[in-house]
Amino acid sequence: MTFNYFDKTLADLNADLKAGKITAEELTKETLANIQATDEDLQAFVRMHEDEALAKARAVDEKGDFSNPLAGIPMAIKDNIATNGLETTGASHILSGFKPVYDATVTTKLNDAGAVIVGKANMDEFAMGGSTETSYYKKTKNAWDHTKVPGGSSGGSAAAVAAGQVPYALGSDTGGSIRQPAAFNGLVGMKPTYGRVSRFGLFAMASSLDQIGPLTRTVKDNALVLNAISGFDKKDSTSVELEVPDFAEKIGQDIKGMKIAVPEEYFQEGISDEVATQVKAAIVQLEAMGATVDKVSLPHTQYGVAAYYILMSSEASSNLQRYDGIRYGFRAPDAKSLEEVYKNTRTEGFGDEVKRRIMLGTFSLSAGAYDAFFKKAAQIRTLIIGDFNKVFADYDLIVGPTTPTQPYGIGEEIGDPKTMYLGDVLTIPVNLAGLPGLSINAGFNGGMPVGMQLIGKPFDEATLYQVAYAFEQVNHFYDQHPVVEGK
Amino acid sequence: MANENFETTIGLEVHVEMQTNSKLLSPSPVHYGDAPNENTNVIDWGYPGVLPVANKGAIEYGMRVALALHAEITEDIRWDRKNYVYPDNPKSYQTTQMRTPLGRHGYLDVNMPDGSVKRIGIEELHVEEDAGKNTHGTDGYSYVDLNRQGTPLVEIVSKPDLSSPEEAYAYLEQLRRVVLFTGVSEAKMQEGQMRADVNVSLRPRGSKTYGTRVEMKNINSFHYVQSALEFEERRQAQVIRSGGKVRQETRRYDEPTKSTLLMRVKEVADDYRYFPEPDLSPIHIDQAWIDRVQAELPKSAGDRQVAYVQDLGLEQYDAEVLTQTLAMANFFDAAVNAGADSKSAAKRVANYLIGDVNAYLNKNQVELQDTDLTPENLAGMVKLIEDGTISTKQAKKVFEAIMEGEEPEAYAKAQGLVQISDPAVLTPMINEVLDDNPQSIEDFKGGKDRATGFLIGQLMKKSKGQANPGVLNKLLLAELNKR
Repeated sequence: MTFNYFDKTLADLNADLKAGKITAEELTKETLANIQATDEDLQAFVRMHEDEALAKARAVDEKGDFSNPLAGIPMAIKDNIATNGLETTGASHILSGFKPVYDATVTTKLNDAGAVIVGKANMDEFAMGGSTETSYYKKTKNAWDHTKVPGGSSGGSAAAVAAGQVPYALGSDTGGSIRQPAAFNGLVGMKPTYGRVSRFGLFAMASSLDQIGPLTRTVKDNALVLNAISGFDKKDSTSVELEVPDFAEKIGQDIKGMKIAVPEEYFQEGISDEVATQVKAAIVQLEAMGATVDKVSLPHTQYGVAAYYILMSSEASSNLQRYDGIRYGFRAPDAKSLEEVYKNTRTEGFGDEVKRRIMLGTFSLSAGAYDAFFKKAAQIRTLIIGDFNKVFADYDLIVGPTTPTQPYGIGEEIGDPKTMYLGDVLTIPVNLAGLPGLSINAGFNGGMPVGMQLIGKPFDEATLYQVAYAFEQVNHFYDQHPVVEGK
Repeated sequence: MANENFETTIGLEVHVEMQTNSKLLSPSPVHYGDAPNENTNVIDWGYPGVLPVANKGAIEYGMRVALALHAEITEDIRWDRKNYVYPDNPKSYQTTQMRTPLGRHGYLDVNMPDGSVKRIGIEELHVEEDAGKNTHGTDGYSYVDLNRQGTPLVEIVSKPDLSSPEEAYAYLEQLRRVVLFTGVSEAKMQEGQMRADVNVSLRPRGSKTYGTRVEMKNINSFHYVQSALEFEERRQAQVIRSGGKVRQETRRYDEPTKSTLLMRVKEVADDYRYFPEPDLSPIHIDQAWIDRVQAELPKSAGDRQVAYVQDLGLEQYDAEVLTQTLAMANFFDAAVNAGADSKSAAKRVANYLIGDVNAYLNKNQVELQDTDLTPENLAGMVKLIEDGTISTKQAKKVFEAIMEGEEPEAYAKAQGLVQISDPAVLTPMINEVLDDNPQSIEDFKGGKDRATGFLIGQLMKKSKGQANPGVLNKLLLAELNKR
């Protein structure tokens, strides 16, 4: 295959479209052909929307307005973000055939920007998982090594971008689901501040933690996409009524004097040597660019995973109760009573990981357990927020690894939920505190990427982009591509 | 009293549907009686990814009820989810205020049947969403109508201060009146706009601890509540007297047999897995907001009754009838403000509203606000009567006209329904009649009172019935005495 997005930024594509070097329709056709050729192997998409994508591209061409940097450019959207009239399932059997009659707010914003949605990216079922192996539909591969997982839950979004199938994709992040697959695939992945991007139309896992965000190859591209999807939404009362800055406004500014905090807890037991070495080297580079780097402590980090799995599963157990087989999606065919409709539909419609979390959450909220579980977890959340506030009183951002390890083999850890859960230890606190977190490729070890996480103050995504860009521009890791075989 | 050996303890949880324009958490309209599922959208249907947005109007309506019941308003409202699975509950949770009810520690002074006033404590009030409706068809299917889903409710939880079925009935009547006069609901029982959950227990007289309570849910008639409680008093007393124990259970009222029937025994409390609703941000209620709602709160039925009796001289009974509904009371107030502000004019307005207007509403099965009658026109007609422009007999025709929206003065003029009260017109007429009837003058002077009756009759004939009888009488006597 010849066509891919390895060497094209959004700015390049926009320039080509403006100059008439290529039309949106041609670009979309090339994109679709490439996906068709490569995805049988990669399995990044659960569903393609070819006809709708081509129609949209033609409409953009007809209008001829490429003033929006996303106009006429193909992209992928995670399968838990509603698209009006187009099947959206959250990679769950229980939503098989479900066609929303509404767009998510981000979908509307993308459509208004002229973006061309080519298909739905695979994910863990209802975003529950860190390897995209819990999808009902398929297992996506890591773009760099097809024997390895792409991470998750936004594994399809990450693999599609890393393999050059699309220039960008949207994911969602509840405990690391954008940043971890970005790290596993050598991408830039942003989990914006809670409230920055509307959640309307995002199939909720844990409402107080979920955020939608972009996965891209470059920092600038990422900022451009975040520009397009951010902003207060009156349909989401947890979205924040704040002026949206140009997230690229600080890109290119040097980072001299930038005060960086490195939590010692982020390099402790459980963090692999490969990851620690790579990220420490990256931090040395940041220091060399003029940033000051200090060790700090986030003392409650160790409780984050436990608190998260209680809070997340509690909210999820309530959010997922609506999937009862009555109004939409899958219904068990042989149910003979209301009770059976509920029971059989949920037994057959949900996968193991979803059931595990529903049970954990239902238990954590039950009358006898609430105080010892949910309430305690909520208290830990407050302590973790306090940890961050303390550090941010003195520092501009926090830097550490995104994940404890590099990508592991498909099938290797899925049978051991506890190990899987611990893989979120470095990303979870960011969701609990509602902060912006960005993962960027810190380099390769053994041919596989290592992610570095930048954590910012609330609504200070621009500083994360500034620092990430400075780092990216001295390393150009994005020039390296995985080998993608088409048929 | 069911039995002099036992004390009855009753607590009531009353749900009132508030008639906001849109639902508590979605923009769907709140409207009764439309085709099933007409007033619904994807939020009411609990579709994946949709989000609720709290209707501040519903909070404000709830505040009105809370303030009318003298409750303290909670400064920061946080929402909670109450989880349970049922087809009429599409999200499988109800959004409510478990930890931070809108109001607390209120009270209601209730006029008891024996004429005393008893203060009943209000434990708390909270705003929450109503569920949809399931109906079970005869065709083997069950049907779900979500029009009601998400309608804002205010739940008013009394303290267990009620000690007889009659008190419970009186409380409910009074509560309904209070709610009506906040203007948040018409509280129509037959439309389920007001429903009561009843908790009742018996204990030996003098006992310090309450007995085991029995719960009855969703009773939508005050008479049923009273009847159910009367049955429960007898039933529980019998259980205790026969050495048994009252079980903690949920029963339902069966109207045909006027008894209560067991629905289910509560072995363990329901576990609704309440937790903070993460999709809604907290609502802060500051003093300025409370003050504004307080200032805009319509005057209560009780306050109005006092004013009607003391300031306008109405009978207590009339004052009570006028305050049966907010619409009637507001109409009366508006008519008084439109000029019927003397005691006699107010009395006439009251009589019309209680008599002819109510008869009209009953006959035509309409609500006052749906007629063409305006307070200004009713006041206008009363003014015409008061100043003698028309007679009460003529007013009958004018009344019919103003019910159709006619302006009374213009109508009376056009129809020639005007009394002649002008002496300059009447005096010559009187002298003509006197000149034609010298015998009557003689009779009058001879002390025969009957003579004036004859003369008045002649004069009414001559004036085609338009002479003002009062004025006529006075002028006739004056002219007779001149002769």
